[in-house]
Amino acid sequence: MREQWRGFRGTHWLDDINVRDFIQHNYTAYDGDESFLEGPTQATDTLWGALQELQRQERAKGGVLDMETEVVSGLTAYGPGYIDEKLKDLEKVVGLQTDKPLKRAFMPYGGIKMAEEACTTYGYTPNPKFHKIFTEYHKTHNQGVYDAYTPEMRLARKNKIITGLPDTYGRGRIVGDYRRVALYGIDFLVAKKKEDFANCGCGVMTDDVIRLREELAEQIRALNGMKEMAKSYGFDISAPAANAREAVQWLYFGYLAAIKTQNGAAMSVGRVSTFLDIYISRDLQEGTLTEKEAQELIDHLVMKFRMVKFARIPSYNQLFSGDPVWATLEVAGLGQDGRHMVTKNDFRFLHTLENMGPSPEPNLTVLYSKRLPDAFRRYAAHISVVSSSIQYENDDVMRPVWGDDYSICCCVSATQTGKEMQFFGARANLAKALLYAINGGVDEKTFMQVAPAYRPITSEYLDYDELLKHYDVMLDWLAGLYVNVLNLIQYMHDKYYYEAAEMALIDTDVRRTFATGIAGFSHVVDSLSAVKFARVKVLRNEQGIATGFETQGDFPRYGNDDDRADEIAVKLLKTFLTKIKKHHTYRDSEPTTSILTITSNVVYGKATGSMPDGRKAGEPLSPGANPSYGAEKNGLLASLNSVAKLPYEYALDGISNTQTISPDALGHDQGERVSNLVNVMDGYFSQGAHHLNVNVFGTEKLVDAMEHPEKPEYANFTIRVSGYAVKFIDLTREQQLDVISRTCHKQL
Amino acid sequence: MKGRIHSFETFGSVDGPGVRFVVFMQGCRMRCRYCHNPDSWKINAGEEFEAADVARRALRYRAYWGKDGGVTVSGGEALLQLQFVTELFTILKNEGVNTCLDTAAGPYENTEAYQEAFDALMAVTDLVMLDIKHIDPKQHRSLTGISNERILKCARHLDALGKRMWIRHVLVPGLTDDEPSLRALGNFVRTLRNVSRFEILPYHSLGAYKWEALKIPYTLKDTRPPSEEEIARARRLIGV
Repeated sequence: MREQWRGFRGTHWLDDINVRDFIQHNYTAYDGDESFLEGPTQATDTLWGALQELQRQERAKGGVLDMETEVVSGLTAYGPGYIDEKLKDLEKVVGLQTDKPLKRAFMPYGGIKMAEEACTTYGYTPNPKFHKIFTEYHKTHNQGVYDAYTPEMRLARKNKIITGLPDTYGRGRIVGDYRRVALYGIDFLVAKKKEDFANCGCGVMTDDVIRLREELAEQIRALNGMKEMAKSYGFDISAPAANAREAVQWLYFGYLAAIKTQNGAAMSVGRVSTFLDIYISRDLQEGTLTEKEAQELIDHLVMKFRMVKFARIPSYNQLFSGDPVWATLEVAGLGQDGRHMVTKNDFRFLHTLENMGPSPEPNLTVLYSKRLPDAFRRYAAHISVVSSSIQYENDDVMRPVWGDDYSICCCVSATQTGKEMQFFGARANLAKALLYAINGGVDEKTFMQVAPAYRPITSEYLDYDELLKHYDVMLDWLAGLYVNVLNLIQYMHDKYYYEAAEMALIDTDVRRTFATGIAGFSHVVDSLSAVKFARVKVLRNEQGIATGFETQGDFPRYGNDDDRADEIAVKLLKTFLTKIKKHHTYRDSEPTTSILTITSNVVYGKATGSMPDGRKAGEPLSPGANPSYGAEKNGLLASLNSVAKLPYEYALDGISNTQTISPDALGHDQGERVSNLVNVMDGYFSQGAHHLNVNVFGTEKLVDAMEHPEKPEYANFTIRVSGYAVKFIDLTREQQLDVISRTCHKQL
Repeated sequence: MKGRIHSFETFGSVDGPGVRFVVFMQGCRMRCRYCHNPDSWKINAGEEFEAADVARRALRYRAYWGKDGGVTVSGGEALLQLQFVTELFTILKNEGVNTCLDTAAGPYENTEAYQEAFDALMAVTDLVMLDIKHIDPKQHRSLTGISNERILKCARHLDALGKRMWIRHVLVPGLTDDEPSLRALGNFVRTLRNVSRFEILPYHSLGAYKWEALKIPYTLKDTRPPSEEEIARARRLIGV
């Protein structure tokens, strides 16, 4: 056994890359409470103070502190960079995306136009030579996609029936198993990839074999690049990490390689907490590390995750506002053998929100089960109540599907760490599709013929059965087009913007999922319910296009634990996924779907006409799987029960639900609030629900923060939105109003 | 049997111990000037439900109740529909659910028949949250329209039964916060042996819009919620 592995148990992981096996043999479950935790060290306070000052300057400059205009980002494009050159000895974990903190790299491979526009938007001018290079000499992903798009695809994109497509930037959502760098060192990983290369194909050069051989060569190059990158910081990562500090640093270098080379919407960290605890425990035992130093390591690592930045364009920011990167990082969960996987390190990661205050990144995610220890569930709930910065996902529904070593690769989507990648694919606007079904494929906003000219509905009042028939045909068309757009995008992404660094840390024989998504979910459900249970009159313009509806009578709405509406919701989900699954998906990936919209619900809503459920044209769609604004009449738990009815098996990419509870409505004091929140989550997740974003604050606080963003108390005021967290003051005013108008659960 | 119900709240977290399903009964004869649910006053309004249906509806939320939570019946005034509440609680007790009655005890009577019915309800009630609006009979009448005599009698009776109680008092600056009354309230509550909690509910004006909608003049327009200091002062004076 290698010296760096002293004291570690297990056998499989020694010969083969098998981090899960290593974790299961070596982690120490922790049942105690948070009393062992340590506050920030002076170094942490100093560095975090410096970083907060930089964040303040960044906000003052309109959201961007500095941008690269002369260097194309890459593993070794820069020498070392530090939060502050004078303070660099304080940094226990080092490494920046560029040479300066919060400076955004120039990343043209997704699309040169977007890279340039990102610069010019914020007053920077990229070197003109890049324009020539990336249009004349080297094609980008974006150019590839547009070369191949069909007119129908362009039209669907333009009319926003399919939106948020990753055709101008990185697709993201690939989580490299960054733990591998720490456990094995780069040389072992290179040797393993070389073995795979030698065994790739029988010599017959089919497309698949050629492509894989090229990809493996790229991966090996990336691994060697990581070594070079680390060397510039004075570290040799060719061998395994020998202690906790090295393990944290090695792992971070792996992640740094990803964010230097890719600008995906989601660049998640993965399930690293329990893994790192093994190293910290060993050092604590050997007497080479104190708890104070252990916390400092985690604080400094988290500080780095709080610094991840990408250059974005305004239309991108509208979709994903507040500069999110989904540096998602998981804690807790259970193992297949029944032991819980909560370690002291899970407490340490949550504790960063106390040591350094609330923050949207990393996107801390608790893999929840009622079977987690009481003390941990209470501590997590405590952190929710004081910071509104964390989310919960149901380990009991994910573990049977993804095993006990999955990560969350975006906002809420699970992926087996190091074994799997995902083809991320934005969302189809099912609310708009319902209007297309009524209007024979003509867009209700632009009046263009977008879908095939199917027979429109011409009756004055909508008939449920007729509408369903028309909708079914329209969804067939949409599902087919959607899958094909994604097939094309993923093909081009592999070709022109391959994620060599991340894929180098994933098994060569990789499982691929194909992640579609649904927007406008609750509005379709309520609209169908209105047609079924009330009377819906169609208001048409001179061209006969339905532009408004008059709904007479009451009807059940999704979000009230009323089976009449909730059954429509379940059926809609099942129907959509079934249609998606009919189609061939790129590289034989497994199709999944999600009901999550990020903050894009505002933009999608703008492009969507009035609906029979009473939602007016242009109003935001309800986010994710949330019931519509104002639909919930029976309180929080009725709403949760409705969402919990959606079967996770049909939405393996995730069912996002965001709820805001006023502190007064959660309990009289902190102790009651914590107990009640734990009970809410126990109840919700025990019914098979997938995800919950928990916010604890009152509307008054949001209004005040919107009116007085300059108040210091709001600088880090973090809220959960659909699938991620964001600093409230970084949202556009429109989005702030949207957040405020959503149901805040409180009683009188 | 059927009961008239104003509304349900699936997530009550300040209406008794733990997370609770709250049934707001329709109808109340008190006319508290600070009432935040004047729409629950009217006796023959609301929607009719069978007790068994209400129980079924409540039990959908059992997964959220943990070891402390359960069902609270509030109002309106729950005791105006005593038989219905008794039937509902009986079903729930058979299911092993924790039951809590939130009442101002206005309808409480000293007659034997009433006592019998009341005690039957108490047999299936785990906790009574009793509102004492004012300890002074005169001021109680001016605040709520009725005397507090029956209410205090009810408190004594519950004491005799050994029923676990929480006492609640709405603190309204200028109306219910004078020193002698708060001291007297404290003295009274100290004579009760089964009070496990005393809650001061700070007045809020969030229900004022409902008065406007019902076109009933709201007399507390200029009254503000008590400050943290005033709440602390009241707690000190009551001393429970």
